[in-house]
Amino acid sequence: MSAALARLLRDPVSALGLVIVLFAVVVAVFAPYLAPYPEDAYESHLLQRLRPPSAEFPFGTDNLGRDILSRVILGTRNALVVAVSVVVAAMAIGIPVGLVAGWRDNWVSDVLMRLTDVFLAVPQLILALALGQLMRPGIETAMVALALTYWPFFARTVFAETRRLRGALFVDALAGIGARPTRILLLHVLPNALPAVLVRATIGMGFTILTAAILGFLGVGAAPPSPDWGLAVAEARQHLPEAWWFPTFPGLAILLLVLGFNLLGDGLRDAADPRLRRSRR
Amino acid sequence: MARFVLRRILLALPALLGLVVLTFVLSRVIPGDPAATLAGDAATPAQIAEIRAQYGLDRPIWEQAIVHLRQVLTGDFGRSVFSGRPVVEEIAFRLPATLELTFAALLISTVLGVGLGLVAALDHNGPVDHLVRLLSVGGLAIASFWLAIMLQLVFSMELDWLPLRGRIDPTLGAPPDITGFLLLDTLLAGRLDLFWSALRHLVMPAVTLALPGLATIARFTRSGVLEALQKDYVLYARAAGYGRFRLAAIYVLRNAITVTVTQIGLLFGALISGAVAVEAVFDWPGLGTYAVQAILSSDYKALLAVTLVVGVVYAVVNVMVDVAQALIDPRVAEEMS
Amino acid sequence: MNDSPMPSPLLAVEALSVHLRTDAGLARILDDVSLTVPPGRTVGVVGESGCGKTTLMRAILGILPRSAFVPRGAIRFEGRDILADRAASARGRIGFVPQDPYLSLNPVFRAGDQILEIMRRHAPGTRRDHRAKLIELFRAVQLPDPEAALEKYPHQFSGGQRQRLLIAAALSCDPALVVADEPTTALDVTTQREILALLRRLAAERGLSLLFVTHDFGVLAALCDSVTVLYAGRVAESGPTRAVLDDPRHPYTRLLLACHPDRASDLTGIPGTVPAATAQPAGCRFHPRCPIARADCANAPPPLLSLPGGRSIACPHHADALPEPALA
Repeated sequence: MSAALARLLRDPVSALGLVIVLFAVVVAVFAPYLAPYPEDAYESHLLQRLRPPSAEFPFGTDNLGRDILSRVILGTRNALVVAVSVVVAAMAIGIPVGLVAGWRDNWVSDVLMRLTDVFLAVPQLILALALGQLMRPGIETAMVALALTYWPFFARTVFAETRRLRGALFVDALAGIGARPTRILLLHVLPNALPAVLVRATIGMGFTILTAAILGFLGVGAAPPSPDWGLAVAEARQHLPEAWWFPTFPGLAILLLVLGFNLLGDGLRDAADPRLRRSRR
Repeated sequence: MARFVLRRILLALPALLGLVVLTFVLSRVIPGDPAATLAGDAATPAQIAEIRAQYGLDRPIWEQAIVHLRQVLTGDFGRSVFSGRPVVEEIAFRLPATLELTFAALLISTVLGVGLGLVAALDHNGPVDHLVRLLSVGGLAIASFWLAIMLQLVFSMELDWLPLRGRIDPTLGAPPDITGFLLLDTLLAGRLDLFWSALRHLVMPAVTLALPGLATIARFTRSGVLEALQKDYVLYARAAGYGRFRLAAIYVLRNAITVTVTQIGLLFGALISGAVAVEAVFDWPGLGTYAVQAILSSDYKALLAVTLVVGVVYAVVNVMVDVAQALIDPRVAEEMS
Repeated sequence: MNDSPMPSPLLAVEALSVHLRTDAGLARILDDVSLTVPPGRTVGVVGESGCGKTTLMRAILGILPRSAFVPRGAIRFEGRDILADRAASARGRIGFVPQDPYLSLNPVFRAGDQILEIMRRHAPGTRRDHRAKLIELFRAVQLPDPEAALEKYPHQFSGGQRQRLLIAAALSCDPALVVADEPTTALDVTTQREILALLRRLAAERGLSLLFVTHDFGVLAALCDSVTVLYAGRVAESGPTRAVLDDPRHPYTRLLLACHPDRASDLTGIPGTVPAATAQPAGCRFHPRCPIARADCANAPPPLLSLPGGRSIACPHHADALPEPALA
């Protein structure tokens, strides 16, 4: 694992991804202290609305006179919390499904994998929108919907890894000395599947941030006055082309954070699986 | 080949049936009362009961399921709560708009993506390669709705080169309605002015929608070509004296493209998802805006129909992808049968 | 087999060096290698894996990897330097039979079309001529149902049939020389014998020269008039096959034949390993492992000494007896 980490850091592009992600985590953790006007998460100042970028407001102000830089910083926390919750919830569903379906060839595994296929056959956003509508629109609904649409990816990944590992010699040996299947799965198969899960989770973080932003933009995710990036871009539309800074900076924040996770995910994939590594002679 | 196609279609049916069941289960099992949702916040219990009866929600669950299945199979999705028009009619009007947009995007991303991927692979670790790599990671990280707004800001609002929204300039009169595909219909009607207008309206939405796909295709083509270039048969072909261009553009690309074609199938789902946001920004009268409208107005019949139609389109695309695979690589068809 | 004096060469590799830029530094894959193939003769190149056989072959075929370069030396084919003069590139006149018939044909194109493409570029005549000629060649290589074979994809042939296809491809542009890279290793024993017999017959019928890269001494003895033994990118010794196999002189060849009378694989039981191409020892490259090495062996690469009977040896001490334990 440490060799994989060393390989990861040697590639400047993956290292950049890691730096971006770590930077975002630091910003999210210390958001209230880093934001110049932390109270702008909720307070509005109508007298200073739609000011262009200046020394006072580096990213300008929005339609309610709130400092956009502060809201971008505060929004980092929201974006990461949503992404982590969704990915963890999707893992909580997908990993057991993948393990159970991958371990044996019986009707349970058939049903589970067909179910996975069905969920994969619907475009995630449409499914998330549909779920969002059937429950009450809001950020919690969006998170549930995103988790319900992302778990099949974990199920597929873990399924493939379990299938690969269950034929391995050490698994046969463990079964031979009488180890229980749950024990083998949790203590031996799962750790071996972790690199693949980690890669999938990292890419899932980027994907979730992007999809959550779309939901926010469409008005079925975060609700005002939350400093959500997607929501900010939606609110900015009525003030174009005058307030160009209003949608630009929240959008750039999305781009940067998703880019960070994607670069890191790519790097992890290469590091975890040397066979797929880009040869760079 | 005909047997292969038939087999593929039969294999797709269970997933579609599963989708019908899924939409039904979701609409019943998810916490919350669809009747209450439909009736709105201020509804009295009597109103809710009335809506429940009107939609058959008071019947036993298995009866509802059969009704649902029968409705789906006969294409009867009921009337939209929002507009009062039959859902099927509205979808028939909006599906071609979305398909026109997604096909245009797919065309752009495939042609440019394959080209860029090939060029990048041939310039392995060179400047072009790095540029394409950056583009392919960046293209997947950009939020489509944001890119759409930025393009509008620059090319419509500031430069005034391209129209801001819509499918066609309404002041030119109503477009002909033959297939629903405007580019095709305007040409069939011989209206070049309308064709030009439709084309100009299509540019920004299609480019926005194409970018993530372009990134994915470029990336997979690049790695596919690089992998194929390592193969013994490439070395052999070089030794036997194949020309350099032919080797790269035809001989290797055909092997590399099998991976790319699989990706195109997977991409189509992402394209439809992306279309929701892109259509919303450009006021494109397609299924995406319809879905958003349905959500915001709690139009659950419309939404179920959209989900199903998209699922069917998705399944059809995947069958087409498999057929394309079989045409490219003769071994695929033989493995299947 | 032919013992008459050798006529002027068709192919002459002259003091060829091929180096490769790698992350670990400069890899001297081939150094000062000379080799000739006279018209109508079959020449074998033998050595362990990593000795430079493949690179030598790729240099002759003009398909060296991009990171490779040639600091010294020349390859003359029919008198022209094909390394220096790209236009004189002898493709078409040099046929190639690859090692692995399973991997050497592109699976997504018809095998016949792949050969016709080679002919389109390097053989005179129309596509119709090419087809007729190819069917004729398919018959010559004893491929069943030659007409139908044109329409088939590679995976529809067996391994032996695919090797016959590739032999037909190698002959498709009327070459003077065919380079064969262990063309039988991927095949089963019976098929191996058939393919070797076919190659020998075709070479005799068509007056072809063959350059045969192998590590199989049996193949060498059965097919080749003369042989060149490579060790770590240099020629250890060369000469008529019979003489070299019956009476090896270079300590490396002697140990190799003693350890593995059938094929040239690594020297089990001899201390040390083949040096990495990036870290070749000074002087004679075999001296760290050589049982009869002396102090001066580490000073300068030994020159190739000419011996009677058309033989040459890169070892000044070749007359010394090997100590007994080395041969045990």
